Amino acid sequence: MSTSDTRSDSGAASRARRNWGPLALALPALLLLVGVIGYPLFTVVLRSLSQPEWGLQNYIWFFGTPVNLVVLQRTFTISAWVTLVCVVAAYPYAYAMTAVGPKARLLLTLCVLIPFWVSGVVRTLAWVILLQDSGVINSTLRALDLGRLRLIRTQTGVVIGMAQVLLPFMILPLYSVMKGIDLRLVQASRSLGASPLRAFFTVYLPLSLPGVYAGAIIVFILALGFYITPALLGGPRSTMLSTLVQNQVLSLLQWGRGGAMGVVLLLATFILLALAGPLMRQKHKQGARS
Amino acid sequence: MNPNSPTRGAAIDLQNVSKAYGSFRALDGVSLHVEPGEFMTLLGPSGSGKTTTLNVVAGFTEVSSGALQVGGRSVVGVPAHKRNIGVVFQHYALFPHMTVGKNVAYPLSLRGVSKAERERRVAQALDMVKMRDFAHRYPSELSGGQQQRVAFARAIVFDPPLLLMDEPLGALDKKLREWLQLEIKRIHRELGTTFVYVTHDQEEALVLSDRIAVFNKGRIEQVGTGRELYDEPKTLFVGRFIGDSTVLRGQARSDGTSTALDVAGQTVTVPRRLDGSDTPVVLLRPEKLAIRRPGQMADTHNRLSGTIAEAIYLGSGSKYEVRLRDGSSAIVRSGLSEEGFRIDDPVELCFAGQDAKLLADDKSADATLT
Ligand SMILES: Nc1ncnc2c1ncn2[C@@H]1O[C@H](COP(=O)(O)OP(=O)(O)OP(=O)(O)O)[C@@H](O)[C@H]1O
Ligand SMILES: [Mg+2]
Repeated sequence: MSTSDTRSDSGAASRARRNWGPLALALPALLLLVGVIGYPLFTVVLRSLSQPEWGLQNYIWFFGTPVNLVVLQRTFTISAWVTLVCVVAAYPYAYAMTAVGPKARLLLTLCVLIPFWVSGVVRTLAWVILLQDSGVINSTLRALDLGRLRLIRTQTGVVIGMAQVLLPFMILPLYSVMKGIDLRLVQASRSLGASPLRAFFTVYLPLSLPGVYAGAIIVFILALGFYITPALLGGPRSTMLSTLVQNQVLSLLQWGRGGAMGVVLLLATFILLALAGPLMRQKHKQGARS
Repeated sequence: MNPNSPTRGAAIDLQNVSKAYGSFRALDGVSLHVEPGEFMTLLGPSGSGKTTTLNVVAGFTEVSSGALQVGGRSVVGVPAHKRNIGVVFQHYALFPHMTVGKNVAYPLSLRGVSKAERERRVAQALDMVKMRDFAHRYPSELSGGQQQRVAFARAIVFDPPLLLMDEPLGALDKKLREWLQLEIKRIHRELGTTFVYVTHDQEEALVLSDRIAVFNKGRIEQVGTGRELYDEPKTLFVGRFIGDSTVLRGQARSDGTSTALDVAGQTVTVPRRLDGSDTPVVLLRPEKLAIRRPGQMADTHNRLSGTIAEAIYLGSGSKYEVRLRDGSSAIVRSGLSEEGFRIDDPVELCFAGQDAKLLADDKSADATLT
């Protein structure tokens, strides 16, 4: 780009017309996204409408089969629980990350990131070892004469395992919002008469909510499509939708039905995002400050 | 003071207050009394402990030692939210997630004030700072000056007997600052609340205050009205910090009642002497110095020659910086009727001995000020 370009900043319109340069930089990623997500997605939608023949039969089947609806509802319930567990566990952790010194912060950040370096399968298998009836948790409980907890192949086990895998996706956005909160605002609220607890609930918490929303949406949506963890930690009564999809496609070769399930999940996610939209916009209003 | 009396302003009493961070003393034995309803300004260079003093009174910082009373009661150990003191910060500290109206209502909601009463008082406070029309805006939609006025309304809406302000106008441009200074003065008159105001701008301090406490390195050098500090500075630091001044240094000889100073070969005599062993210096205000061409001076003892180093036209007169023979500089002001000088003109300065202040030398005063 010539230097006169950058200097003659004659308006947004002319800039928008000329600035194709940056877009070229995004091209490889765009191609990848279109090729790797867009095309398969398109075929999934197409197949859900066309196999074995054109029509809505796959959707009629999906909503007409009670077990599908039970699993769909369970998928949302489990995801909601996972999100809740993540919020509760991540909030104090992220706050601690903003409050400690640089060394401790590095350590806390590493603890968040290390699980990313271990494959999901390995981590889930670790949970099997911990949660199973003869596992570490239950043998400890037995040793203490506290009875036994059914964890493996239960919904609780699935929630615990998924929450652990997804926790970083909650902590990181929360931390990035929290570290931007001006703690002098809390001090100001104290001078205006707020006890530490009131100051937290009226000032700090509302200002951290954008991080909670962002993290919760990411976690919830990722949880909706979870496959490995529920398959390994869950039982038949904690099957999630992705397992059903796998069943239809790989075992029964019902590409149309599997596709319809995928599309239903996708639409449900879109609706959720649309509902969360206003919350995110509110965040922008707040973020615009000085 | 009786805390139940109808006086609206609270007295403040700091006695020998110190605050240490590790081995560093941010406050080193500060004692200060503020009368109920008084406008007290804490003035001093950066790092001199003004904010720390304010934070100690507000309850954001605990004192390391010393006594602190607000409204006649000790507040040592009382948490900030129980002190009922309004605070205005340089950085406004408005809550970004609340509208202007909600921000100002905040301290009232905390105190359980009913909705109707809350609305009335919020409107009243916003009226006072002329921001009523902005009640539904968010802080991000206001200019800096508007934000500070809202912060001000929020700090006075719950009728605190004491209002603390830490360089509230520091981030604003000069015009706006001067206008808001007058507004603050007006509100102080209307409310009768005790105001403690921090600034490092001496002009601002002179405009606003009943009295000024001059801070230097964690200590108070002097407390007094602007006039007292200007006319009767007790230390060289105060003399140099408030207003323009000329400092003369040189070999000193004291007899019983007067001190003679040898300033680069010219002797000046001041009819005073310092007690103790401090090195005396002479401090002169610009209007106490007369400026003439060499040889035109009436016959006086105290005469200094130099050359004009800087000439500034002020409208109402001129201000000159005169380079003296020993390399130090003097500040002189002359009226409109007097003749003008140009840079490098040789001149003579003269003053009456009784107009000069004799103070103990303090080399660190130069370092802090330049
Ligand atoms: N939390 C702290 N830890 C260590 N030192 C501190 C702390 N707070 C303040 N100080 C030191 O105490 C001294 C006084 O600080 P203070 O903020 O009171 O200065 P100030 O007079 O308000 O200056 P300014 O005009 O720059 O705001 C400074 O040297 C500062 O570095
Ligand atoms: Mg300060």
